[in-house]
Amino acid sequence: MSTEPTKLAFDDGWQYAPAPESTDHFSIDEQYGLFINGEFVAPEEGRYFETINPATEDTISSVALASKADVDRAVKAARKAYNGKWSKMSGADRGKYIFRIARILQERAREFATVESLDGGKPIRESRDIDIPLAAAHFFYYAGWADKLEYAFPGRTPASLGVAGQVIPWNFPLLMAAWKIAPALACGNTVVLKPAETTPLTALKLAEVIRDAGLPPGVVNIVTGAGETGAAIVNHPDVNKVAFTGSTEVGRLIQRSIAGTGKKYTLELGGKAANVIFADAAIDQAVEGIVNGIFFNQGHVCCAGSRLLVQESVADEVISKLKERMETLIVGDPLDKNTDIGAINSASQLETIQSYLKVGQDEGAVMYQSSCNVPDRGYWCRPTIFTGASQSNRIVQEEIFGPVLAIQTFRTLEEGLTKANNTPYGLSGGVWTDKGAKIFKMTQKIRAGVVWANTFNKFDPTSPFGGYKESGVGREGGLHGLDAYLKLEV
Amino acid sequence: MSGSGKRVPVAKTYKIYIDGKFPRTESGRYFPLEDADGAVIANICRGSRKDFRNSVVAARKALDGWSAASAYLRGQILYRVAEMLEGRSEQFVAELCLQGLSRRKARNEVEASIDRLIYYAGWSDKYQQIFSAVNPVSSSHFNFSVLEPTGVVAVLAPNDSSLLGLISNIAPVIVGGNTAVVLASEKLPLCAVSFAEVLHASDVPAGVVNLLTGFREELCGQFASHMDVNAVIYCDGDVEVARSIQEKAADNIKRVIARVDNDWSDETSQNPYLIKETQETKTTWHPIGS
Repeated sequence: MSTEPTKLAFDDGWQYAPAPESTDHFSIDEQYGLFINGEFVAPEEGRYFETINPATEDTISSVALASKADVDRAVKAARKAYNGKWSKMSGADRGKYIFRIARILQERAREFATVESLDGGKPIRESRDIDIPLAAAHFFYYAGWADKLEYAFPGRTPASLGVAGQVIPWNFPLLMAAWKIAPALACGNTVVLKPAETTPLTALKLAEVIRDAGLPPGVVNIVTGAGETGAAIVNHPDVNKVAFTGSTEVGRLIQRSIAGTGKKYTLELGGKAANVIFADAAIDQAVEGIVNGIFFNQGHVCCAGSRLLVQESVADEVISKLKERMETLIVGDPLDKNTDIGAINSASQLETIQSYLKVGQDEGAVMYQSSCNVPDRGYWCRPTIFTGASQSNRIVQEEIFGPVLAIQTFRTLEEGLTKANNTPYGLSGGVWTDKGAKIFKMTQKIRAGVVWANTFNKFDPTSPFGGYKESGVGREGGLHGLDAYLKLEV
Repeated sequence: MSGSGKRVPVAKTYKIYIDGKFPRTESGRYFPLEDADGAVIANICRGSRKDFRNSVVAARKALDGWSAASAYLRGQILYRVAEMLEGRSEQFVAELCLQGLSRRKARNEVEASIDRLIYYAGWSDKYQQIFSAVNPVSSSHFNFSVLEPTGVVAVLAPNDSSLLGLISNIAPVIVGGNTAVVLASEKLPLCAVSFAEVLHASDVPAGVVNLLTGFREELCGQFASHMDVNAVIYCDGDVEVARSIQEKAADNIKRVIARVDNDWSDETSQNPYLIKETQETKTTWHPIGS
């Protein structure tokens, strides 16, 4: 009798038939203007840029490039709306408008999910099941806060700040817009938001939703563009609050550039989370957690579990199971419901990832990639792991923002913990063990804002999110997320 | 017994406080503190950047133990600090008078300082309950958020308050489990050094509070830019200084707490939100299942 362990064969017999999401049930305009004061308007300098589908490199639409003058128009509209109706409206009425946004998003969820995958490259399963439902839930959650703010901060009277300037990244385009806009509105502020230049479409469709929900003109303004447009928002003298999600490098620039202005700010920046697997963990579940931690959304996740710390006695088993599991991951058409890993968001991000693949090998770590085929056109990266990485390697210390996992081992809890905390970042972390006391020891000692124990990459509107150390300042989500958009008066 | 006349008093050497010890500044520099008539009260250590770096090392080393101390213990230690201050209140009144206050005002400030310590001692095991939460997430997970100390906090204590402003800024930082490196008022440094002696006598572990004297203009930048400091507190309300602090703090995304117009004698200047300023919210998830 064979003593070989039973092993599932994934590569024989059944092949998945293509199951593409259809794109015939909605339309995308050929050109989008800027959403200022309740309507789409042309940019003053008449410049536009193209947004492409990273899975095909085809142009989807052309989008206005907002200049400093356009940003000024948007801020003026937001100020006027703030001084006019919005800051005087009752919390209950503000809440009703935000509830409407949530409901319309739910109605148009399929459209939003499809556009999100087209524009950003993420698998439709994720945009359908995670991004869009969570975005709607976020609006629904904060809508309910609008008339209850005085209960959130004992001994304080909350007051709105004014105009919030918000700049968001390309990895969760609609969800990040929801994280920013929903609490800002609930707290009585008005908004100028800039989506990322590679993923502007769902924000522009959100502008349609906001218009259709009947929000007073100027309460939410959405301007598209790249870094310069973002800088114009952040540095506009009539912006009272800056909210940014993106790289630590840009976060630093923002913290510096608004120094001395008295602008309130929240920064949600980079991460290099450790996913720590103990020998007594449920190994198969932990392997799923590793996969979800690093390959979710192509690894374009600030809280990704991009470092695996595995206890030495189970390292071989975990790594071999991980390699087997990686073989089953389907990389390809983001619109196909079978796809696990979609397209890398942009050519430049692919270049960054590839440069790290080279750095990792040059530093002496051993690279392994799954053997899957990837399409000829578009931007793709096979799921990748590095073994034999050491703590000082750049692939261990720096955020790659791609499907690339750096693996290290440890012997004792203390060693695992020390390695986990040995980066300038502190956004998230993961722990896998069946021992309750060990879970609490680790979750207490990991210096990070979100810690997942026996799970990873879970999000909820009620759950505060944000970093320690160089991963940022402030929290988004939950009661704690209100603080960022209020001044608390005695 | 000496034969005749007044006893010659023993003058005090004012030193800095690093890692539970009272060294002189490593730089060997000093500045004279003068009274209103220009007479020298004491030579004060002119602390250096190296003193600051040593203090940060001590504060980082002390952080693990202090942040893991029970809330009850931290509360008792703060209470002990108040007891020690009460016992030495005459010394502090005298120092405040030397620095120009009337006896009545000096007495008021010392009493308010003692009461402030008691106030924060009482918060040690309560602020967590006010600010933490169990979050009703939609998925099958248990999810909760608690506060944890931000880490090493650099405190530029108010320049216009010798004791009350100092204590009002140290107490909320350490009651929350942080460790601190503090720059005393440059104009009014006496009470700060004596307060370090009180801390030393009160079971506050070495390195939890480190206290330097010196020139603000020289040290401010270092307080803001040091890469192993997690937060910086500035109280003097100078817009240009506040700007420069935030610019330097951005090197490692320090939390910047820049206060304006604080009247430390006002009772609104003690509250649990001052504890929360140097806390981080941590959210933990765990599946619910079998």
